[in-house]
Amino acid sequence: MGVDIQVEHLNAWFGKTRAVQDITLKMSANHATAIIGPSGCGKSTFVRCINRMHETVPEARVSGQIRIGDLNVYNGTSATQVRRRIGMVFQKPNPFPTMSIYDNVAAGLKLNGFRDRRQLDEIVERSLTMAALWHEVKDALRKQSGASLSGGQQQRLCIARALAVEPQVLLMDEPCSALDPISTSKIEELIFQLKQRYTIVIVTHNMQQASRVAEYTGFFLLGNLIEFDKTEKIFTNPSDKRTEDYITGRFG
Amino acid sequence: MRTRFQQGLDELREKLLRMGGLAEQAVDRACQAYVERDLKRCHMVLEDESRINAAEREIDELAFDLLALQQPMAVDLRFILAVTKINSDLERVGDQAVNIAERVMDMVELPATELPVDIPRMAAAVSAMVRRALESFIEGKAELAQAVLEMDNVVDRMRDEAFIVLVRKMNDAPAVTRQALDALLVARNLERVADHATNIAEDVIFWVRGRDVRHNVGGEVAPIRETR
Repeated sequence: MGVDIQVEHLNAWFGKTRAVQDITLKMSANHATAIIGPSGCGKSTFVRCINRMHETVPEARVSGQIRIGDLNVYNGTSATQVRRRIGMVFQKPNPFPTMSIYDNVAAGLKLNGFRDRRQLDEIVERSLTMAALWHEVKDALRKQSGASLSGGQQQRLCIARALAVEPQVLLMDEPCSALDPISTSKIEELIFQLKQRYTIVIVTHNMQQASRVAEYTGFFLLGNLIEFDKTEKIFTNPSDKRTEDYITGRFG
Repeated sequence: MRTRFQQGLDELREKLLRMGGLAEQAVDRACQAYVERDLKRCHMVLEDESRINAAEREIDELAFDLLALQQPMAVDLRFILAVTKINSDLERVGDQAVNIAERVMDMVELPATELPVDIPRMAAAVSAMVRRALESFIEGKAELAQAVLEMDNVVDRMRDEAFIVLVRKMNDAPAVTRQALDALLVARNLERVADHATNIAEDVIFWVRGRDVRHNVGGEVAPIRETR
């Protein structure tokens, strides 16, 4: 099951530049939260702080607290422990190109020393089913490489790969921006299903997408969280003029 | 800035204002026709109505295009929704003007008679409501719209008074029952125009404040930031 993500006074720097400024918010378990905002507003950086990817950039640093359920992300926990609880899907599908579909999904488990073949088969099938890909690839699991799939299928393969390790949280950074409308709608449908089991955070430039999939939306601007509220409130009657200017295209 | 979208919104606003002008004119003409027993004005009202109907279709089409092609959000979405509803109310205002004109056409065929009802006074109150509702739309000012809502009770009372005195007249002077009935129907038509003006005002409040104040729900909420 998903867990709450509690962020408190989070700051993130690239060298001397503070990209995320004193963010405090709670993302509820088993809900989808959309993060919107113009390019460079810090939304991807914010999400990358949740699974401690931000610190992989040279000169990058973080202050503040993030709790994922009972796990304190930045206090006495290793990045590996954090990432076991968090799956991440990126803008561009990134299956391991030389691996079969099966191995792509099983990669995380194998990396963690998981060797039980029968159980692996079950997890691969379950993950691909949850990612709504099983029926399209079940006859080519070991014959075809992940890279041979279409863009939309590759993205769902990446979602299956993320789900295989049974995370509590799924972070999605522009997961549909490289996909056609049909693949996009499949992923959105999938997000809708997945939030029954996971806490989902989705960064998107597509406001219609945010309004379709997320119950809560946060608007970021220049590293600040300007407004965080129920999605329907944000898109019909936001409280802050800057939010309204952005979502109505009057920004800048 | 989405220039083409903004142009579309501006065009929608202008079209609605033109239509509002036509609807206002139709009501004024119908009331003038009542006062002067003027058939020519009645026919002008009928012509006004067909122009109003054409305007209604144009506005709906443009609003539909903007919704489908531009996916408006927040204040823009509320604006377009409000326009489509105001559009519908203005079309009904045109219909009421026609109803009044038809009553006048009936009355003109009957002997003129003194009736104990001040239709011009009621017409002036109703016209003022329509005008202010449209002004609140032009200005994007919820306070102006709020004032329209408060005027509705006055017109309702006028309609109730008209009903009482005209029914009494019908009882006292059965020979003028038809004229009294026509006047009563005119009063009712005017009261309905006032209801449409009220709806328009409520839609303006929804657009500007994002609050649904229909049926006395949400009307107590303090004003928030004006968006225009």
